[in-house]
Amino acid sequence: MAAEREPPPLGDGKQADFEELEDGEDLFTSTVSTLESSPSSPEPASLPAEDLSTNSNGPKPAEIILDDDREDLFAEATEEVSLDSPEREPILSPEPSPAITPITPTTLMAPRIESKSMSAPVIFDRSRDEIEEEANGDVFDIEIGVSDPEKVGDGMNAYMAYRVTTKTSLSMFNKNEFSVKRRFSDFLGLHSKLATKYLHVGYIVPPAPEKSIVGMTKVKVGKEDSSSTEFVEKRRAALERYLQRTVKHPTLLQDPDLRQFLESSELPRAVNTQALSGAGILRMVNKAADAVNKMTIKMNESDAWFEEKQQQFENLDQQLRKLHASVEALVCHRKELSANTAAFAKSAAMLGNSEDHTALSRALSQLAEVEEKIDQLHQEQAFADFYVFSELLSDYIRLIAAVKGVFDHRMKCWQKWDDAQITLQKKREAEAKMMLANKPDKIQQAKNEIREEIEEWEAKVQQGERDFEQISKTIRKEVGRFEKERVKDFKTVIIKYLESLVQTQQQLIKYWEAFLPEAKAIA
Amino acid sequence: MTTLTEIKLLPTLILLVSCEYLAIFKKTVAMHEVFLCRVAAHPILRKDLNFHVFLEYNQDLSVRGKNKKEKLEDFFKNMVKSADGVIVSGVKDVDDFFEHERTFLLEYHNRVKDASAKSDRMTRSHKSAADDYNRIGSSLYALGTQDSTDVCKFFLKVSELFDKTRKIEARVSADEDLKLSDLLKYYLRESQAAKDLLYRRSRSLVDYENANKALDKARAKNKDVLQAETSQQVCCQKFEKISESAKQELIDFKTRRVAAFRKNLVELAELELKHAKGNLQLLQSCLAVLNGDT
Repeated sequence: MAAEREPPPLGDGKQADFEELEDGEDLFTSTVSTLESSPSSPEPASLPAEDLSTNSNGPKPAEIILDDDREDLFAEATEEVSLDSPEREPILSPEPSPAITPITPTTLMAPRIESKSMSAPVIFDRSRDEIEEEANGDVFDIEIGVSDPEKVGDGMNAYMAYRVTTKTSLSMFNKNEFSVKRRFSDFLGLHSKLATKYLHVGYIVPPAPEKSIVGMTKVKVGKEDSSSTEFVEKRRAALERYLQRTVKHPTLLQDPDLRQFLESSELPRAVNTQALSGAGILRMVNKAADAVNKMTIKMNESDAWFEEKQQQFENLDQQLRKLHASVEALVCHRKELSANTAAFAKSAAMLGNSEDHTALSRALSQLAEVEEKIDQLHQEQAFADFYVFSELLSDYIRLIAAVKGVFDHRMKCWQKWDDAQITLQKKREAEAKMMLANKPDKIQQAKNEIREEIEEWEAKVQQGERDFEQISKTIRKEVGRFEKERVKDFKTVIIKYLESLVQTQQQLIKYWEAFLPEAKAIA
Repeated sequence: MTTLTEIKLLPTLILLVSCEYLAIFKKTVAMHEVFLCRVAAHPILRKDLNFHVFLEYNQDLSVRGKNKKEKLEDFFKNMVKSADGVIVSGVKDVDDFFEHERTFLLEYHNRVKDASAKSDRMTRSHKSAADDYNRIGSSLYALGTQDSTDVCKFFLKVSELFDKTRKIEARVSADEDLKLSDLLKYYLRESQAAKDLLYRRSRSLVDYENANKALDKARAKNKDVLQAETSQQVCCQKFEKISESAKQELIDFKTRRVAAFRKNLVELAELELKHAKGNLQLLQSCLAVLNGDT
């Protein structure tokens, strides 16, 4: 947290409170809004032109004011991308768009300190409560909508294009409202890029919606029936939720790839996301390798917190899956009920027609009408069952898989560190042995070599330890944020779902109250 | 953990099973009552000795079920009847009333059959949905007991809600079954019985017409005239008698049908209302608690 680095003018007493804020980034993003609003905040003109937007809509101090943590992150990111290190998922080399150059820490350091010192008094003058409130509340003034699915092309090469509309007041974007057309593989590409950059350092990257060969084939073939419209709608809603979740993440929101995805009208096609592409197969192989690897890593867990959390997530995963299965069954039965009610309505209408007693005949027709309306009601309720409740559960099941992935990365990180320590130990032993042996001619050169190697491995051990601590720290923060989001999400969804049930019952009451006098009127 | 949940749910399980039993019991009782009331209301059947014995004898009746031979007899009788029915139904009836009744009953019977089947399916779907609520409730309970954040209160409250809602939904299904499905099933059988009555009358009409033809032939040949005359008279009497009682029965059938439908539809609507209101209240009070928490 920056509070630890640059001594805040507030003094030590307030430091503890800053640590309460779970996300340092939150603080700084709120800084953005303060900076934006206060006319006195200077727009540091010295910001580098490599800034991520092409127009001069003012500099964006937000992304510049980085946590030290994130500096390290990007250093590593640029490093790792060039090396083909095995533990990184070589999903794809993030296709660098020409408009964007990777952020390098050095260029960011200078302006940061400048603007920080200028703006520092502005932040710290505000009351702590305000800042906390903003940090915990909806500071991310950005709304994403995915709409208007449109079929593009014909036959097996056809695809659905979705309109992604962003409404925001954040200055990091060029405009306040803009929209672009994206296809499903674009979303997968975005996720891929984000996962590559952030998963292995402990950030929980929201997973993209799942592919469905069956569903898409139906759409491509051009079947205009209700199941393919349902499929498209399900996908559209899932894509919307995916983006909304992604932009809620303060770190991911700053990512240039995300911004490019939302803003630029042309996006290079992410071909490596196809399941059967070379990259896809490589992915599958890596996944399998990872699974095996996981079983063989034996980590000395020094921190009980991690063990506890992992167990908790395991339990949560199991329970959510069970609940999801039950809710899916409910959706299915409700749809059945709706269909059966519709069939009954028709049948009752026919019966009413044959009935030769006039009043009874009319009552039966009324019954048929009531049942028809009720069938509609059931359909709508099934809709709510699914989109409100069931989809949330499946989203969270996938999210928890991402969380588990992050824990796994930490283990791998530990292993790397451990391996480095072991190698270092071996080298040291080799050196010691060499010292004891007496071969004067070879010894000097060999000694130098070994010395060099030892130094190299000492550095690696240090780096490994730093990485491990970093990822552990990040995970703690991320899990805290995740849990908060989870609680909020579930509370909101449960209330929304119950409200849908309330509506259904209210309608039912209306319908039966209208029917009752008709039934009584039979004479 | 699962065993603990199961143990906690045991009393609910017992209640569920007894609710089911009660629902089925209610159904059977209702049907029997309707049957007995009908017999008692019938001018002729009410005088039947068997009926009196049934109502009064205070010891075990030990009714013997049909043995294999009798069941086989029944089967053949049915076969003959349906074959004959096809032949007989070809005969046109001079009497408008009966002609109308025949067309009406044919169509009505088929449509009641269809409605009865669809109503059954609808009721069953309702029950499946109610069962799902049960499972959702227990999953939510498990989630609630495990969760360490304050969303656990939500889970537990909603789990409670689903348990209660489930009972109501099950009753909705049971009531629909009782008031709608059973009603339709009953009238399916009633309309079949009416059709059978019409068949018997048509049968006797055919017999009467055949006797007439035989009489004419006898008179023409001047052979066995007396015999033919008596036979014709017997058929005529039978026919007129059956026509008279059939007419009355069919009129009664209509009256009863209208009354039964009225009673059941009114009761159905009232029960649906009661349950919907009950559900609504549960949902709204749960929402109030949850909203108060956030």
